[in-house]
Amino acid sequence: MEKVLMKGNEAFGEGAVRAGCRHFFGYPITPQSELPHYLARRLPEVGGVYLQAESEVAAINMVYGAAAAGARVMTSSSSPGISLMQEGISYIACAELPCVVVNIMRGGPGLGNIAASQADYFQAVKGGGHGDYRLPVLAPASVQEVIDLVVTAFDLADKYRNPVMVVGDGILGQMMEPVKLGPPPEVTTPPKPWATTGTLGRKSRNIINSLYIEPEELEKVNLRLQSKYRRMEEEEKRWEEYHATDAEVVIVAFGMVARIAKAVVDKMRKAGIPVGLIRPVTLYPFPDQPLVAGSSGPVKAFLVAEMNAGQMLEDVRLALCGRRPVHFYGRTGGMLTSVAEVEGKVREIWEGLK
Amino acid sequence: MAVATRRTQGLTDKQLHYCPGCTHGIIHRLVAEAIEELGVLEKTVGVCPVGCAVFAYEYFNCDMIEAAHGRAPAVATGVKRVLPESVVFTYQGDGDLAAIGTAETVHVASRGEKITTVFVNNAVYGMTGGQMAPTTLLGQKTTTTPFGRQADVAGFPLRVAELVATIEGAAYITRVAVNTPKNILRAKKAILKAFNVQIQGLGFSLVEVLSTCPTNWGLSPPEALRWLKEKMIPAYPLGEFKAPEGGV
Amino acid sequence: MTQVFFDTERCKGCELCVTVCPKKIIKLSAGEINSFGFHPAVLTDGEKCTGCKFCFLICPDTAVTVIKEEGGNGKSTDEGQ
Ligand SMILES: Cc1ncc(C[n+]2csc(CCOP(=O)(O)OP(=O)(O)O)c2C)c(N)n1
Ligand code: SF4
Ligand code: SF4
Ligand code: SF4
Ligand SMILES: [Mg+2]
Repeated sequence: MEKVLMKGNEAFGEGAVRAGCRHFFGYPITPQSELPHYLARRLPEVGGVYLQAESEVAAINMVYGAAAAGARVMTSSSSPGISLMQEGISYIACAELPCVVVNIMRGGPGLGNIAASQADYFQAVKGGGHGDYRLPVLAPASVQEVIDLVVTAFDLADKYRNPVMVVGDGILGQMMEPVKLGPPPEVTTPPKPWATTGTLGRKSRNIINSLYIEPEELEKVNLRLQSKYRRMEEEEKRWEEYHATDAEVVIVAFGMVARIAKAVVDKMRKAGIPVGLIRPVTLYPFPDQPLVAGSSGPVKAFLVAEMNAGQMLEDVRLALCGRRPVHFYGRTGGMLTSVAEVEGKVREIWEGLK
Repeated sequence: MAVATRRTQGLTDKQLHYCPGCTHGIIHRLVAEAIEELGVLEKTVGVCPVGCAVFAYEYFNCDMIEAAHGRAPAVATGVKRVLPESVVFTYQGDGDLAAIGTAETVHVASRGEKITTVFVNNAVYGMTGGQMAPTTLLGQKTTTTPFGRQADVAGFPLRVAELVATIEGAAYITRVAVNTPKNILRAKKAILKAFNVQIQGLGFSLVEVLSTCPTNWGLSPPEALRWLKEKMIPAYPLGEFKAPEGGV
Repeated sequence: MTQVFFDTERCKGCELCVTVCPKKIIKLSAGEINSFGFHPAVLTDGEKCTGCKFCFLICPDTAVTVIKEEGGNGKSTDEGQ
C-alpha cells in the first residue's frame, strides 16, 4: 500500500474526514493549530463545515448542537482550552450525544507552556467536568495510529452515544511519519432516531436534555450511564504489549513516552535485562488485565513512566492492588522523559531486585 | 359559531409552570403561533436557556434542545450548520443572554447566523431568586442590590437591542413589549418578521421582549404591567433598531 | 353574539384579563377554587362582550377562548392583524 508522509496534527484531521466527520468547531491554541488549519482547507473540499468559534466554551456547545442534529462532529484544543470545555462535555455526556474531542496536551497548570505534556490524564479519564460521567480516552503513539484511532473514536462515540477523547501531545502533533492511508474505511453511522432534526416524518418530538429535576429520575439516568460505562469497561479496553510476557521489569507508559520506553526495552534486552512494556491505548477504560496477568508471571516490578507527576500511576496501583511493587518516573512542566533517564530508573529497579 | 381564538398547535397541552401573570407565557404563545402560522413547525428546532424558561422544551411542540446557561446561540449554531434548511430559534432570559452568554450573543450576530433569538428582558434573574440582571434598572431593588442598583457599584443597564443592532451580521433587531393587547399584537408581528428574516436567509434576527416578573418585582401581575410601562419602556425604548432594506 | 370561555383548570387567577377588558365584565370567581388553588376568571355580563379578544391576548396561560357567532354583534378590534 502506498505510504504518504503526514504530520501528526494533520493526521487527526484526516482521520476525522475518513470517519465521515463533516463538522468541526474550534478555537486556536498552540500546539494543535495545524489540526484546525488542515480541516479549514480539507472540510470544504468534502462539503463540510469548518467554523472558528469565539471561544472553546462556544466551540463545545456548537459541537453539542451539531451532535444533537445527528452529525459526526469534532473539536480539538489543548489543555487550557479543554478546561474551558468541561462544562459542555458534562452536558454532552448526560444528554448522551456522540462527539470526538482531541486534546493535544501542553505543560500546565495555568497558562503553563506549549511543550509536550501528559498532565491532563486525570482530567481526561476521571471525568473532568461536574457529575458522575466517563468518556473513552484514546492515546495514540504514532501518526498512523492517530489516523486509525480517530476513526475508532467516532465509532465508539456512536456506539455508546458518548463523547470520546483522543489525547496526544505537541511532539506527536508536530511529528512527520509515513502513514498507510488506503481506501477510506466504509463509514457505517448508526441511525439516530433521537436526533433533533425537526419532527417531519416522525410521530413524536425529540428532546435533547440533561435536566432531571426529580432526584429519582436523575438517579435512573445515572444508573443507565453507569451501566453503559461498565459495558465500555468490558468491551473496549485496548493496549499493546512489547516483550512483556517474559519480562521481569515491565514499564507502563502511554503516548510518546511509550515510544521512549520501547527504545529502553530494546536497549535493556540487548544488555540481557528482561524488560518489557505495556502501553495502554485506552486510558479509560483502563486496561488492567495485562497488568494483573503479568503480575502472576515472571514480572517482579512495574515502572510507570509519564510526563506528569504520577497520574496514570494511580490506575496502575489500583489495578495491581499491591501485588507487585510499582515504581514511578516522571517529568513535569513540559520536560521530556529521555531514554537515558528511563533507562537509569530501570537499571536502579533491576539492581534492587537482585 | 366560529372560534375566534384557537389554542396554537405550536404549544403542547402541558400546563405552564410560570408564576401567575408572568408574561413568559404570553411570549411562548406568540412564538408558537408564529412558527405554526409560517408552516414550519415540523422543521423547527428550538433551544431553551437556563432561567425560568428552562422547561420550555416541554411547551414548544417541536424538537427542542436544553442548552447550558448562556450557550443557546452556540448550540443553535451547531444545529443550523448541520441542518441549513431547518428553522432554529433560541429563547433566552437577560441573565442567560446578556451576562453569562454575552460573547455567544455578540458572535452569533457577527456571523450573521441564520437563527432567531427571542430575548426575554425582565430586568431580573427570575429563576434564582430575583438577583440583579445586566438589564436591572438604576435604582431598582433586587436581592443583590437591596438598596437599588447604583451605577458606581453595579454598572449601568445593558441595552441589548441597540448593542446588537451595531453588528453587521444582524439583519433584524427590534424591541417590543407584552404589557397591553396592542403591544402584544405588535410583538407577534415582530416575531413573525424575525422568523421570516431567518427563512429568507437574510441573517441573524433578535426580538427583545420586555416582560414582567411579578414574583421577584414584588408586585401583583396588573401592577407589574404598569411598572413595565412606567419604568422599563422609558429605559428600553420600543421599536426597530435594524431591519432588512426593502422589508421582508 | 360573542361567547368567552375560561379554562378554569388552566387559569391562575392573575387578573390580567380583568385589567384589560374594556367592558370590565371579567372578575375572579370568589367562591370557586381550581385544583391548583387559584380563583379562576369568570364573565359577569356576557351580553356586553364586544369580542375584542383582549382577554385572550393578555392571558399568559392560554386559558381564554373567544367564540363569535357568524353575523352576530361581535365587533372585531383586531387592529394591526
Ligand atoms: C453556569 C451556571 N451558572 C449559574 C447558574 C444559575 N442560574 C440559573 S438561571 C440563572 C439566571 C436566570 O436569569 P435570566 O436569564 O434573566 O432568566 P429568567 O429566569 O429571568 O427568565 C442563573 C444565574 C447556572 N444554572 N449555570
Ligand atoms: S420568577 Fe418571575 S420570571 Fe420566573 S416564572 Fe415567576 S414571575 Fe416569571
Ligand atoms: S372579548 Fe373583550 S369585551 Fe369580551 S370579555 Fe374579552 S376582553 Fe372583555
Ligand atoms: S389572564 Fe388568564 S390566567 Fe389570568 S386570570 Fe385571566 S384567564 Fe386566568
Ligand atoms: Mg431575567
